[in-house]
Amino acid sequence: MAAVTFYIFALSALAGGLLTVIARNPVHSVLWLILCFLSSAGLFVLLGAEFVAMLLIIVYVGAVAVLFLFVVMMLDVDFAALKAEMARYVPVAGLIGIVLLMQLSLAYGAWEFSEGIDQRLGNPMPPLDEAHNTQALGLILYDRYFLVFQLSGLILLVAMVGAIVLTLRHRQDIKRQNVLAQMYRDPAKAMELKDVKPGQGL
Amino acid sequence: MTAADLAIILPEIVLALFAMGAMLAAVYTSKDAMAAALTYGTATVFLIMAFYIAVTGDGTRVGFGGMFIDDAFARFAKVAILLSAAAVLVIGVEAMEKSDLLRFEYPVLITLSVIGMMMMVSAGDLIALYMGLELQSLALYVIASLRRDSVRSTEAGLKYFILGALSSGLLLYGASLVYGYTGTTLFSGIIETAAGGEMALGLLFGLVFVMAGLAFKVSAAPFHMWTPDVYEGAPTPITALLATAPKVAAMALFARVVHDAFGGAVGDWQQIVAVLAVASMFLGAIAAIGQTDIKRLMAYSSISHMGFALIGLAAGTAQGVEAMLIYMAIYVTMNIGTFAFIMTMEKDRRHVTEISALSSFASREPAKALAILVLMFSLAGVPPLVGFFGKYAVLLAAVDAGMVWLAIAGVIASVIGAYYYLRIVYLMYFGDDREGLDGQMGTAAYIGLVGCAALMLLGVINLFGLEAPAAAAAEVLLR
Repeated sequence: MAAVTFYIFALSALAGGLLTVIARNPVHSVLWLILCFLSSAGLFVLLGAEFVAMLLIIVYVGAVAVLFLFVVMMLDVDFAALKAEMARYVPVAGLIGIVLLMQLSLAYGAWEFSEGIDQRLGNPMPPLDEAHNTQALGLILYDRYFLVFQLSGLILLVAMVGAIVLTLRHRQDIKRQNVLAQMYRDPAKAMELKDVKPGQGL
Repeated sequence: MTAADLAIILPEIVLALFAMGAMLAAVYTSKDAMAAALTYGTATVFLIMAFYIAVTGDGTRVGFGGMFIDDAFARFAKVAILLSAAAVLVIGVEAMEKSDLLRFEYPVLITLSVIGMMMMVSAGDLIALYMGLELQSLALYVIASLRRDSVRSTEAGLKYFILGALSSGLLLYGASLVYGYTGTTLFSGIIETAAGGEMALGLLFGLVFVMAGLAFKVSAAPFHMWTPDVYEGAPTPITALLATAPKVAAMALFARVVHDAFGGAVGDWQQIVAVLAVASMFLGAIAAIGQTDIKRLMAYSSISHMGFALIGLAAGTAQGVEAMLIYMAIYVTMNIGTFAFIMTMEKDRRHVTEISALSSFASREPAKALAILVLMFSLAGVPPLVGFFGKYAVLLAAVDAGMVWLAIAGVIASVIGAYYYLRIVYLMYFGDDREGLDGQMGTAAYIGLVGCAALMLLGVINLFGLEAPAAAAAEVLLR
């Protein structure tokens, strides 16, 4: 039964990936991508990694794919022209791809496990009855990889500072809203009531 | 994670807290008005940390389950990184102010980048290596394109970013292969697998990819393409930074990976490093000849110098690593001096970088011209200046390791390279007398220029005792 489920998920993941690339309509591409993510999430569930599966659905399907959809719909990109451009390079790219594939098959063909790998290949996941998914992941992330977790925080800080440094401009020639000035306006001074007599005007 | 672990990374923690505190302080007070003070403050903190690292550390301490290594080698590299970054910051303040680029984010980003560099040289794990590398590069991408209204600065930043991302991709692919074949990301585990002498073909593939990624970061040929454009496009004080501290960090990381993780398979990577070294030396020497822009020239010069430093690494011995460390320290000093001058090259209140502007400079400014002469001779490796001893050390290491051909190639490349350094000297002393540079030089830049030139002369006596710590660092890396 598990094998059948695995093949169903694996096949639909592969099909989703392939159709993402070859679909003519970019919106369809995104939809196929979502299918690919969902099938991968199914594969994670089969592996016993429920937390990662849920993350994949929430983060990738819920946020990233929807963002893609927005971008694809809002930007007026002529995908047909882009693809025509790409088609010109297909022969060269195919040749390089085949060469790479042959080299890699050479490398992987000689796959043999080195001696003593069983000891080094520490199993980072405790058994499920000892610690559930989220707990196991937290132990790795906040304990064993504490240092790199903090470092990635610094990297995100740099990304944030960098985005502001490179894009924020203080323009002097535009009128800005001054919230405080607006709030502290005194109605008595800001408004003046005049009694206009009929037929006289101001 | 314990208090002992945190004690090991104390300098990094202090720097990170300083960066964040400085940023908050600047945002909530006067913003860019305090940028100059902040830059000097950052340089002071770097100096204090360099002093702290140099004085307090002894022995080898490993923290975070082997991910962070604090040994003599890391300390040597960290002191070099911190000192050079501090020097570049102080020298560059005036030039940054003149071009209206001195923003308070500049010292903060450099501090974060320096933390990345310190992580790189202390990395004991592929993941820690990558995180340090990215922290370092990401901050540098941003400051390389700091001059937003200039097409060339933006182009430099974009080119640096895209090619850097490509190199990170290569490195990550290699790292995943290494992990796949060894079952661990820790260097101490990888070396056990690679020690048998017979490496699996896939592991070798991984090693090659990792080395290609690292060669990108040290801008060794044939992965050098970004260097001239980025050096030319970035604002000059930032070019000075790119040419110094990150190079030390990347080179130290290179040595750390090949010795700490693949020290058991010297023969497998030795030939790759040797090829990189020869290609860089010759490309740097030959391509620099036709340059008319001094920043581009310095870019090719740095490619060539990286080739020489790689010779030391290619030797695969403790002597080679020691020579490489000495070479990098000397290279950084020479570059700080040279860039202190390049930053202040001005004509009609405009920053110029054409080499032709140096024509007959000696007749107007004999003292500065003499200092540049000393630096150029030292860069070319003319005895008896210090630059010669750096080259001599790496060549000797190659000969002692039985790679005579590599040493001979180095000598030939050095002779070719001498041409363009001497051309600058020739222009300064015998060039046509015409209107040249007329800018004033600030005190910090002047001290930087003359001080580095003086070091090139005075260091001849005993290299300021550089050899003993370098030897200790090399020994601990190859233990």
